[in-house]
Amino acid sequence: MSTSFFINGIERSVDVDPSKPLLWVIREQLFLSGTKFGCGIGQCGACTVHLDGQAIRSCLTPISSVEGKEVTTIEGLSSASGELHPVQQAWVEHQVPQCGYCQSGQIMAATALLARSPKPTDGEIDSALKGNICRCGMYGRIRTAIKSVDVANTDEKLFYNVAGVDHV
Amino acid sequence: MLRGWTMSKWTRRAFLTTSAIAGGGVLIGVAMRPGNQVKDLAEKIGTGGGKLVHTYVKIGEDNVVTAMIPHSEMGQGVHTALGQMLAEELEADWDQVNVEEAPALGEYANYSLGRTYLLTGIDFPKILIPSIDGAMMGVADSLDMQITGGSMSVRTSGILSMRVAGAATREMLERAAADAWGVPADEVIAEQSFLVHGRSSRKEPFSAFVNEVAVMTPSYTPAFKKPEDYKIVGQFVPRRDIPSKVDGSAKFAMDVNLPGMLYATVLRSPVPGGKVVSMEDKDARNVEGVHDVLVIPSASYSTMVGGFTAGETVAVVADSYWSANKALRQITVQWSEVGYETVSSETIFSQFDKDISAETERQVDVSLGDADAIFAGAAKVIDADYNVPFLAHTCMEPLNATADVRDGQAEIWVGCQNPLGFRRAVADSLGLDPEKVKLHNHVMGGGFGRKSVPDYALQVAHISSVVGAPVQLIWSREEDVRQDFYRPAVKSRFRAAFDQEDNLIGWSNTYTNKNEPVEAPLIPYSVSAQDIGYVSSPTHVPFGAWRSVDHSQHGFFTESFIDEAAHAAKKDPFEFRANLLNNKPRHLAVLSKVADEAQWSDPLPAGRGRGISLQESFGSIVAQVVEVTVTNGKIAVDRVVAAIDPGLAVAPDGLSAQIESGIIYGLTAAMHGEISIEKGAVVQGNFNDYQSIRMDDSPTIETHIINSGHDIGGAGEPGTPGIAPAVANAVFDATGIRVRLLPLNNFDLNYLVEEDGVAS
Repeated sequence: MSTSFFINGIERSVDVDPSKPLLWVIREQLFLSGTKFGCGIGQCGACTVHLDGQAIRSCLTPISSVEGKEVTTIEGLSSASGELHPVQQAWVEHQVPQCGYCQSGQIMAATALLARSPKPTDGEIDSALKGNICRCGMYGRIRTAIKSVDVANTDEKLFYNVAGVDHV
Repeated sequence: MLRGWTMSKWTRRAFLTTSAIAGGGVLIGVAMRPGNQVKDLAEKIGTGGGKLVHTYVKIGEDNVVTAMIPHSEMGQGVHTALGQMLAEELEADWDQVNVEEAPALGEYANYSLGRTYLLTGIDFPKILIPSIDGAMMGVADSLDMQITGGSMSVRTSGILSMRVAGAATREMLERAAADAWGVPADEVIAEQSFLVHGRSSRKEPFSAFVNEVAVMTPSYTPAFKKPEDYKIVGQFVPRRDIPSKVDGSAKFAMDVNLPGMLYATVLRSPVPGGKVVSMEDKDARNVEGVHDVLVIPSASYSTMVGGFTAGETVAVVADSYWSANKALRQITVQWSEVGYETVSSETIFSQFDKDISAETERQVDVSLGDADAIFAGAAKVIDADYNVPFLAHTCMEPLNATADVRDGQAEIWVGCQNPLGFRRAVADSLGLDPEKVKLHNHVMGGGFGRKSVPDYALQVAHISSVVGAPVQLIWSREEDVRQDFYRPAVKSRFRAAFDQEDNLIGWSNTYTNKNEPVEAPLIPYSVSAQDIGYVSSPTHVPFGAWRSVDHSQHGFFTESFIDEAAHAAKKDPFEFRANLLNNKPRHLAVLSKVADEAQWSDPLPAGRGRGISLQESFGSIVAQVVEVTVTNGKIAVDRVVAAIDPGLAVAPDGLSAQIESGIIYGLTAAMHGEISIEKGAVVQGNFNDYQSIRMDDSPTIETHIINSGHDIGGAGEPGTPGIAPAVANAVFDATGIRVRLLPLNNFDLNYLVEEDGVAS
């Protein structure tokens, strides 16, 4: 059965079992390897992507449920010219990643948070990021990096992309 | 002081984890194969990145230097740190230096690790170094060691290989330029990737002399820079791997995609060693996309590092991981009984208790003074038993590997902590010459010791050889948790003796099952009578090196019990420790630093508490102060202050990150970590029942570095051992309850207050 949706602004159609999770479609059919498999049960957040601008666990999201919707992965955050998104820049600035395996998910969760709450409190950061495990334990750096992003003075387009409507 | 642990006691794990024994140090020397290795090696590694001028150095026509790093990157930042060490001695322009992981070839066997292990504390005359190195390279080569572990990379390869390679290459470049210019060699200096002759105002890039340098024989004993002249080492430099880890472009092993590649997933016997008696796989074979269901034979691999024994394994091969996993869950397997089916965590700890009481095959680590007489005549004696459970590694990246085994050759894509060892293991398992196996090592999504065991690479090699196609094997998280090689469960029994003035005069400790490092159960405190030893109480649960290895349990045990001793002596836990460190100025300095930075003496409100710990491991000394809040019996860890003396911080921000990381890894174990055994098998299976510290329960962490100028110590592991005891000591400070079992979240502290005030 065919499912059509937008991935990083480009419309794609895939012919797979409708119950196949979005994660495995992204990795196995669309060959976008930045979104990671960590647990398969929505407990670790490594597979976090945006669905119409909301951070979701792609390992638990059947492909049939994204029909017609906008999916953004880590590859879709940087601009077409390769310029890093402000959240990615903050991750570099604060030397956040160690092994880096969870960081696509962390960045997608953080970006969705900042898009709806430009100056998040510690409590908001806790609740938005607690679903994303980092076994290297870089939580302090993630928190610092999130707080360092100056959303108010950031090119609006970058967060507009995340809202998932730039292809319109 | 250390006894009973010589080369005859080597185990497979020894090389991975054993570090400089307390009081010893890393040999200053070199770690180069004799002669010029470049010509043969250059043919094997190809021409990308420039011309090979030294085993560890390539220089391109664009004057970019590439440092060949003989260690794996699993998040610890070692590619950058080792690159800094090489570039520093080479006088390279850091902005024009690339780092590249050296391939899995014998030339890059990191025998310096083996030599440091073997020769720790033995100071050989300089004249002997080439012959020692030659002999040791043979040892390492035959062992196929290319190991990243034991917090060893910087202090072995960094000191003995990268630094030497940089300095030797610089000397060759200077000589080549002097010859070309017809000036005295000592008048040419290397500066920011250029060679400069001041008197004649000549200046040419390194790249102008690569052909001359490539045929020179590098020195074993080049002159090194003085640490005070360092411009790259000891400075903040951004990690080279980070940009690729924020935009999704970093290629982990699971990101490999080969034409015609199939996917596989596996289920190994839940009780170690089991075989498939019968299997119902009809439904599985009917799942759309499934190609095959097969049984991988039992495996047993014996080697110095990463040896293992494993039972049979059911594998499903499909056109998608998701289909393979769906099918696997529809297979019913009857496993053979192997004799451990009645074993549980409870029976294991009863066995430990019995063996400690019976002193079963007790071996002595330390015997100081007449401990029996001291305890018999003591004014006061306290005693306590401590337990820790088995732990899994749970790297973020579940185990995976890709193989293409066809036509008498094999190609393997994997993230591992021992590429040469994995290559050898795969070759042996397939009956191939290692030269017929090409291994591509990838950055790892965490390693923590787990990825030194090649079981997963052997599985995929077998599957690919059976199906005759490239196969990517991905373990489910459940398989990853249940088929680990575990930090062992351990029990430790302590007694402490005091005189009339409450001075600590006797220390006795008997624990179960020694691994490495040998010095892990030792205490830095001057206690005149000590009896430290271990009993043999084996279990069937497979052992694995887990971040900080034996320090992970002994740090908790000894630093909790010394706290008990302090309270028994009615002394402040910091003052009590400090007074026993009169012969350990480095330890005292670290402990004092952390107490100062953490405002140790400032009072805290009711319900809050502070705890302290001190642990030397892997050549670095770490002290920690933890602040907790206990509310309605629940513990919140608010703040951790750490101080570390690593001798010299090569990459200070990288070191801080590693300490933060080690602390959170240890805190996960302290608060949540428990692998339990029922009916011989592991119970837990995923992050829902094997929890991790998350954003909302992670403390703030401050790290303070003391560059004492002593031998460089490790970074990856030393942060881990001290967090559990510091938290438990803080809980005692806040509540008066002494927790002697981990994990802490197993306890309802409210309930225990009403009981007897002791949680053990």
